Amino acid sequence: MKLHEYQAKEVFADAGIPTPDSRLASTVEEVVDAVAEIGYPAAIKAQVHVGGRGKAGGIKIATSEAEAREAAEDILGMDLKGYTVEKVLVEAGVDFENELYVGITMDRGEGEPVAMVSTEGGVDIEEVAAETPEAIAREHVDPAFGLHPYQARKVVYEAGIPRDVAGDVASIVSTLYDLYEAKDAADIEINPVMITADREVVAADAVMNIDEDALFRQPELAEMEEEAAEDDLEAKANEYGFDYVRLSGNVGIIGNGAGLVMTTLDLVDHYGGSPANFLDIGGGAKAERVANALDMVFADENVDSVVFNIFGGITRGDEVAKGINEALEQFDEIPKPVVVRLAGTNAEEGMEILNTDLVQVESTLEDAVQRAVANAEEVNQ
Amino acid sequence: MSVFVDDDTRVVVQGITGGEGKFHTEQMLAYGTNVVAGAVPGKGGQEVAGVPVYDTVSEAAREEDADASVVFVPPAFAGDAVFEALDSPVDLVVAITEGIPTQDMAKVNKRLSEVDTRLLGPNCPGIITPGEAKLGILPGNIFESGDVGLVSRSGTLTYQVVSNLTERGIGQTTAIGIGGDPIIGTSFVDALDAFESDPDTEAVVMCGEIGGEDEEQAAQFIAGNMDTPVAGFIAGRTAPPGKRMGHAGAIVSGSGTGTAESKISALNDAGVPVGDTPNEVADHIEDFL
Repeated sequence: MKLHEYQAKEVFADAGIPTPDSRLASTVEEVVDAVAEIGYPAAIKAQVHVGGRGKAGGIKIATSEAEAREAAEDILGMDLKGYTVEKVLVEAGVDFENELYVGITMDRGEGEPVAMVSTEGGVDIEEVAAETPEAIAREHVDPAFGLHPYQARKVVYEAGIPRDVAGDVASIVSTLYDLYEAKDAADIEINPVMITADREVVAADAVMNIDEDALFRQPELAEMEEEAAEDDLEAKANEYGFDYVRLSGNVGIIGNGAGLVMTTLDLVDHYGGSPANFLDIGGGAKAERVANALDMVFADENVDSVVFNIFGGITRGDEVAKGINEALEQFDEIPKPVVVRLAGTNAEEGMEILNTDLVQVESTLEDAVQRAVANAEEVNQ
Repeated sequence: MSVFVDDDTRVVVQGITGGEGKFHTEQMLAYGTNVVAGAVPGKGGQEVAGVPVYDTVSEAAREEDADASVVFVPPAFAGDAVFEALDSPVDLVVAITEGIPTQDMAKVNKRLSEVDTRLLGPNCPGIITPGEAKLGILPGNIFESGDVGLVSRSGTLTYQVVSNLTERGIGQTTAIGIGGDPIIGTSFVDALDAFESDPDTEAVVMCGEIGGEDEEQAAQFIAGNMDTPVAGFIAGRTAPPGKRMGHAGAIVSGSGTGTAESKISALNDAGVPVGDTPNEVADHIEDFL
């Protein structure tokens, strides 16, 4: 779960990391008022969950009320990579001499958190990591002990941070690690940390992604979640609690287990079709969940045909069949042809229950996918 | 022969009194697995499906001479349950639970490096040596005893590929689910190494997916250390970059590593044919045998 910049900055500020004076605004007038309080120059920053906001026109600097008004009018309501901007953070501009990068993330290869510091801040850090990896100093952390203070100092010295601010930057690294651990962050980053002419150290941006699996013990952060769905279907998927990704094709895909669903997508492509979505009903799904999945896929107007691929382990075929029947029996006419393939736990019981007047049945994955692709082609002829 | 589990394996089920724990204990017993004990705090003295329940794993292991544990404990408590198993100690822990917080797993992973116990998972379907023992949730009826080893990051994909093999009369030595989470115990390399040392495993299927670099590392291991032929499958060729496809691990960064292409070409370079479909994987295995 991603926090917005303004939310992450609240968390940082509470922990004692210096951040610029700022206000949240959702109308042009609020922006103008905020700038009047904060003074010039001020940054007006779109609060949406996309990277590269600056390049996409989502961050502007205002040096006068007219400019602030113009920037607010431009940014509020703009479409930023598929998301509509509804809020902006109005923030005091920082007159800086250096821009640094500080981040903590999980190194999944090592199975350990890693703290990273670089003097190459304010730019796309992924590019720096790819092109000049030596420009980023790294320190792995034993998760049982946490980041020792000496490690925070070490990574700061290795990064070549100017000596007069090294202590302050190390202190930020330590605080960030404490937050990373206490808040169950998946990533936590400041890019850039700005060093001002007065040698003050300020977090000019804030990125914080929380491990969704840990939200049960982070109720305060869970409350900060603001649904940011790219479209109505993804919003619906959030509501139903599905792992769902909308794609550009016309064959709707429902299955159980991420690996098998991805394989079904790949096979649709392999047999000349085009997948409309990834939808994993997950393990042990009951009838209602199966019915919700069909509802979701039917709601996608791009879908011309549907393939249901279930290989039961913890999921039981009879429950799936019940769900398919329940979902389809409410229609006088099935909106799109549905091919079902049921295998594994209780598949035979499922096949006995399944109303085969409503669906087409195939016994192998390959046949099911080919039939669904053919169904989609037929619709388009 | 087999790897990691056989008909001598004596199993404790952690979380045996829960819905899934009870159902799958019955399934494991029906398959012939020696489930000798359950462990649930506060439930010591009870019985589930004829299996005695203890308050702690160490007591269960001591009293019933258990050497393996299967974890059906909800995610909030599962990290602690794995720690308990590691400290009991047993030789093998199979963590079925999906959704354990990553930082809990990082701590488990650290302890794992200090003990001799093997961990499978978490977020895995378990392990089965057909005809001998199954630890986990795999549907036993699709497996058949034979000479092909299988290791996979995905449960349902394992079932799919196994059914393609079994339909052709190709049986399995052991099938191992290693799980789809970012931090897991046993890796592809560990499982491949075990199959390489098993005289009865004549060929191996490796099922991977997008995300991470585990398959690339496995390819290097195969090229340098394996005589047993391996066939592969990689799920997620059509996945768009930057999107998370269910498994925490199954996200493509867009930076070129962790994509289906990079995994397939690494495997091909290591002499591993990769099927476009699960059926083609079975074709390659048939060619090896």
